[in-house]
Parts: sequence; structure tokens; C-alpha cells
Amino acid sequence: MKIPILRLGRILLVSIQDDLTDNDAMQFQSDLVERVAEIEALGVAIDITALDVVDSYMARVINDTACMVGLLGAEVVICGVQPFVAMTLIEMGRDLLGANCAFNLEQGLEILNRRIATRGDIHIDEDEDD
Amino acid sequence: MHSDRYTPPSAPSPPDPDIVAISMRIDTESDVAAICRAVRALAERMAFSRSAAYSLATAASELATNLLIHAGGGQLQVAPLTGMRTGIELLAEDHGPGIGDLALALTDGYSTAGGLGCGLPGVDRLMDLCDIDSVPGHGTRVRAVKWR
Repeated sequence: MKIPILRLGRILLVSIQDDLTDNDAMQFQSDLVERVAEIEALGVAIDITALDVVDSYMARVINDTACMVGLLGAEVVICGVQPFVAMTLIEMGRDLLGANCAFNLEQGLEILNRRIATRGDIHIDEDEDD
Repeated sequence: MHSDRYTPPSAPSPPDPDIVAISMRIDTESDVAAICRAVRALAERMAFSRSAAYSLATAASELATNLLIHAGGGQLQVAPLTGMRTGIELLAEDHGPGIGDLALALTDGYSTAGGLGCGLPGVDRLMDLCDIDSVPGHGTRVRAVKWR
């Protein structure tokens, strides 16, 4: 299963719909870092609204992906953690999801845009023209 | 307005044909997803609360992924318990390398195979009972129960 990576200006959107196999996860991570580097993405929103069971392995994949993207210099936000996912993740152990979270994609994009704006090193409008 | 058929006051309700034990061989990641869905469906049919059903599904996912990663596959059995208390039992068995140091495996943050190191301690917290039997070199048996 290939995860589509959507581009919105210099922000990338990915939505994880299903449990990922090890190979899927690796493929997804390499696709994403490549794309981030290619367009020098300023932000990435990872949407997990469709996941209703997240075990420690899945949490690790999400976390690792967020860290990789962060290392490249992009802002990351995880959107749509389901209520019961939040409960079980905390029950299993703290810090399973370390990155910033938002209710939904819309709020996630707002957070990304705000954070990108406060970085102050990039002018989005200028870059979007080319 | 009395019915002429006598029904004993404590007639046991007939067993629900949908509440049956599941036994599944876990060899691929899609088996993990399948057992996870099956456990959640069983918990919902047995009228577990939603959070308990999700805890069970997550614990099953965790145990099944452990079978795959640490032992290259194994058997996961799910049994409805309907004695004095209603519950669901998960039993994961493999013939893998076994767990060298049980206390260490149950420590948060410890992992031998590059996980987050909270799989087994996580299952322990999500479930009401968790017994681990492991013989290094012969395999591991994890039994976990959640009461309704």
C-alpha cells in the first residue's frame, strides 16, 4: 500500500489510512523525506484520523517519521489522534507520540503556517510564485 | 394473561453463536491487522466498554507484532471467558528464542529489536492479568486477560 503525499504550496500532507507493514513504513518514510528535500517543504502534516488502533510499533513509525522530517528542517504536526487511541497510548506508556498534535487537518495546517511564519527566515509568498 | 408455557426463572440464555474462540497463526503484518479487528469485534459483541475493546485490540496488536518481530511468527488465541466473570483471554505462543531476562523485558524503554520498548509493559498495563512464561531457546507464552 503506497501512501499518497499531497502538496499544498510548500506544505506536504500525508494521511495514514491503515496499519503499515514494515516495508510500507520504510517506503513511506523514504518517499516522504525525499519529497521534503526535493521541494524544501516548510511543513508536513501527518493525518492519522483513520487509525483506530495504534500499537507501540505504529507509534514508533509515526514518531520516527516526524523526527526525520524535523531533522530536514520542516515543521511537523500530527493530526486527528482518535480519543481511544490517545487513551490506550497513554495507558501503554508516556511519550509514545512526542510530536505536536492537532484536532484535525485544518487546525494542523493553521499551526504549521503559524510556526512557519514565526521562524521568520522564509517568505512563503515569494516561493510560491515559481 | 399468563402464558401456559413454563419457563424456569433463571433459564440460561442460549450461547451466542458469534461469541467463539479464535485461533490464528500470525505470519505476516496483515495477520496482525486481522486479529486486531477480530478481537475488537468479539469485545464489542460481548458488550465490553469501548475503551476496554480498544485496549484489547491494542494489546492483541502488540502481542501479535511481538510474535512476528521476535519469533518470526506464532499462534495467537483469543478466548471468551464466561465463568463467574466475563472476560477475554489472549494467549500468544511462539517457538522463538525466548526472553532472556523477563524483568528487563518488562522494563519501560528496554527493547531488543528496535521497538519503542513499551510493548510488553504496555500489554501489562492495558490488561488486567498478564503472565509470561519463557524458556530461553524454546519459546515464549504470554497469557493476558481483560475482565469486562
